Amino acid sequence: MNIINFTPIESFTGGVFIGLAVAILFLLRGNFAGISGIYYNLMTFKKSGFLWRLFFIIGLIIGPIILKLFNYQDLGFEVPHTNILLIITGGLLVGYGTQLGSGCTSGHGICGIGRLSIRSITATFTFILTGIITVLLLRFLGFINL
Amino acid sequence: MKNIAIPVFVGILFGIGLTISGMTNPSKVIGFLNIFGKWDPSLIFVMGGAILISLPTFLLLQKKIPYPFFNKEEGFQKISFKSIDSSLIIGSGLFGIGWGMVGFCPGPSIASLSMLNENALIFFVAMSLGMVIKKII
Repeated sequence: MNIINFTPIESFTGGVFIGLAVAILFLLRGNFAGISGIYYNLMTFKKSGFLWRLFFIIGLIIGPIILKLFNYQDLGFEVPHTNILLIITGGLLVGYGTQLGSGCTSGHGICGIGRLSIRSITATFTFILTGIITVLLLRFLGFINL
Repeated sequence: MKNIAIPVFVGILFGIGLTISGMTNPSKVIGFLNIFGKWDPSLIFVMGGAILISLPTFLLLQKKIPYPFFNKEEGFQKISFKSIDSSLIIGSGLFGIGWGMVGFCPGPSIASLSMLNENALIFFVAMSLGMVIKKII
């Protein structure tokens, strides 16, 4: 096995921030911080809970800006390829799939696993597995070079 | 408090966490999924750090308090007790394929909007469209 770019400390620290966000939202307001659901309900103007969803998403967008203002050196931003067809197809699948499967990495992977939900553990296992297979295929077909 | 201050603070924490952890870097996510090539196991630590906090919150703390501090009216969000069905598996499977194709999931895609990167913006629009398509079909 060939391990590269390993950043356990930064990644763990970031994970603790995410966990704190999930905990605070739940204990103070009672909601799960599943981002695909929050964003979907906001985008489709679901009436009840519109305001809190709007401000959560605003916070999500300004969080990284605040880090930048403090000149925090993050782990960068690189795209593995710039194939527009792959980007659009990938986006459509992420949007469609998270709605059909009722959750994404935050809703299933962090909130759901945190509750030891069998559904969420199954979902997380499934999307990591298909993600691994997809990357293997893209590498095999020469779309990404890793 | 419950509609502005708490959500915006929590959103900021979440966005900072995603950035610090490397989840907003698509190449790092692809590196994590590339277990048969050059593997970057960092994202296990993201999930580990987050679950370390979320697990005791849901399993221990919630039982000690009758309702959320600033939202007695609505109480804690209800959990669905549905069993594992084909929608869950197919939906999560398709999500994973899209995730592996680009390296973005919904949270990091939204948190990356401020970078105004062309590819990230195209992904975000396609993702939003995909959600709406699911609703229509």
